[in-house]
Amino acid sequence: MNRVAITGAGTINALAHDVPGTLEAFREGRCGITELDIRDKDRLSIQIGGQVHNWDAEVHFNRQQIVLYDKFTQFTLLAAREAVSQSGLNFDGHLGYESGVVLGTAGGGVNTWDDNYRAVYEEGKNRVHPFVVPKLMNNAAASHLSMEFNLKGPAFSVATACASSNHAMGLAFQMVRSGSAKAMLTGGSESMLCFGGIKAWEGLRVMSKDACRPFSLNRNGMVQGEGAAVFVFEDYDHARARGAEILAEVAGFAMTSDASDIVMPSKQGAARAIAGALRDARISGNQVGYINAHGTGTAANDKTECAAVADVFGQHADRLMISSTKSMHGHLIGGTGAVELLACIMALRDGVIAPTIGYEEPDPECALDVVPNTAREAQVDVVLSNAFAFGGLNAVLALRRA
Amino acid sequence: MAQTVKDQVVAIIAEQAVLDPADVTLDSTLESLGIDSLGLVESIFAIEEAFDISVPFNANDPSESDFDISTVASIIAAVEALVAARPA
Repeated sequence: MNRVAITGAGTINALAHDVPGTLEAFREGRCGITELDIRDKDRLSIQIGGQVHNWDAEVHFNRQQIVLYDKFTQFTLLAAREAVSQSGLNFDGHLGYESGVVLGTAGGGVNTWDDNYRAVYEEGKNRVHPFVVPKLMNNAAASHLSMEFNLKGPAFSVATACASSNHAMGLAFQMVRSGSAKAMLTGGSESMLCFGGIKAWEGLRVMSKDACRPFSLNRNGMVQGEGAAVFVFEDYDHARARGAEILAEVAGFAMTSDASDIVMPSKQGAARAIAGALRDARISGNQVGYINAHGTGTAANDKTECAAVADVFGQHADRLMISSTKSMHGHLIGGTGAVELLACIMALRDGVIAPTIGYEEPDPECALDVVPNTAREAQVDVVLSNAFAFGGLNAVLALRRA
Repeated sequence: MAQTVKDQVVAIIAEQAVLDPADVTLDSTLESLGIDSLGLVESIFAIEEAFDISVPFNANDPSESDFDISTVASIIAAVEALVAARPA
C-alpha cells in the first residue's frame, strides 16, 4: 500500500477565487453569504446564497470553450489550474497515462438545464444549442480536466448528493494508495444557484431565509453555495522523490449507507463512517484534534452529527474541535466536501482552526467545542472531514500532518 | 356543493395517512396518524396548492413556525386564517 500526499489545492467559492483568499476568509471568520443576484429572484422565497461574485468567464476561457463549459465546469477548471500549478506536476509525458481524475457533483450543469428549459417551455422555442448535452452532463468537468491536463487513466464523476466530493476524493485516495494511479485530480464542483436550482430546494422547507448558523440553538436551516475545489492526490514517494511540497497526507477513508431514510440522517450510519475512517487510517480516536463537520445548519443534521461524534469519541469528544465552514461559504452540495477539505489542510499546516460563524446560542444537543465565531490557533496532527448525504450516504476522510 | 376548508384539509391529511377521511378526527395529531416529516411537508404543499396560499413553515423548527401543526383542528384553523387573509 502506498502513502498518499496532497501536493496541490485550488478553489473558487463565495469567499474567494483562490486558496489563499479562502484561507484568509476562514481565518477572519468572514461570511460569503449574500443576497442572490440571479434572474427571477423576486419569485423565490429563499433569496440568499453563497454565490460566486465578480465571475467573468471570458477572463479565463475563450468563446469556443465557453459554449461547452457550464459554470460548474468553469469553476472546476479554474480550481484545477491553481492545484496543478501548485503541485508542479506535468502530465504531458508518461505520467499522464498513470494519472486520472475523479470529481463529485450532485447536479452537474444545472444552469444549462435551467436556461434551456426556459428557452423551450417559457419562450416556446423549438430549437436549442447543439452542445446542450455535452455541457450539462455530470462528467463534463472530469472530461474537460482530462483534456486540459492530459490525464489518460481513470476519469469519472461521482454523484452522491451532499457527499459527492468526499466520495470522489475517497476513491481517488484508494486508487493512489493501491497503486492503480500515480496521481489523481480530485474534488468537486456545484453550480445550482439559478431559479430552478433554488426553487427545488425551497420545496423541502429546510432552507434558511437569513443565515446558516450550524450548531446554534436558533439555527433555522441550510444556505446553498456554489463553486469548486480540486486537489492533486499523489503517491507520497513520488512526491518526495521530486521534492514537492506536501500539504497534508490522506490517511484514511470510509463510506457507509444508512439504508433507512431518503432524507433523515442516521446517527449509526454517520458513526460507522467516522469510526471506519479512523480504522482505515490506523489512527486512534484520541489523536484527532479537529473535525470539519458536515454541519449544514438544519435541525436534523447538526444534532445527529454531534451525537455520532460523541458516540465514536466518548470523552475525547469534549476535547476535540469541530466546526462548520458552511456558515461562511454555504452548502456547495456536491462540491462542499472539497471546499471544506481546505479548512482541514489549514488546520494541519497552519495550525489555524476555521470557526463556525453565526453562532449565537448554545444547543444542549450540540454540546461540543464548535469553535464559535472566531478562528483559533491550535496544533493538530490528525483531522477528519465529514459528509452525510441525502439518501443516507456517508463519507469521511482522515488527514494527517505531512 | 363547495367543500369547506375543513373537509378539504381533512381529505389532504387522510390521503397522506392512507386513511378514510372519517377516521381523521379533529383531535388527531399527525404523529398519531402516522405522518412523518416528509408526509408533513407533502401535506403542506398540497394545502398550498389547494387553497392558493403560502404556508409559513420551516421543517427545521415546526414548533417555532407561525403555522400550528399540533392537531388536525389547529391545522384547519390556521388554514382558515390564511384563506381569510388571502387577497380577494
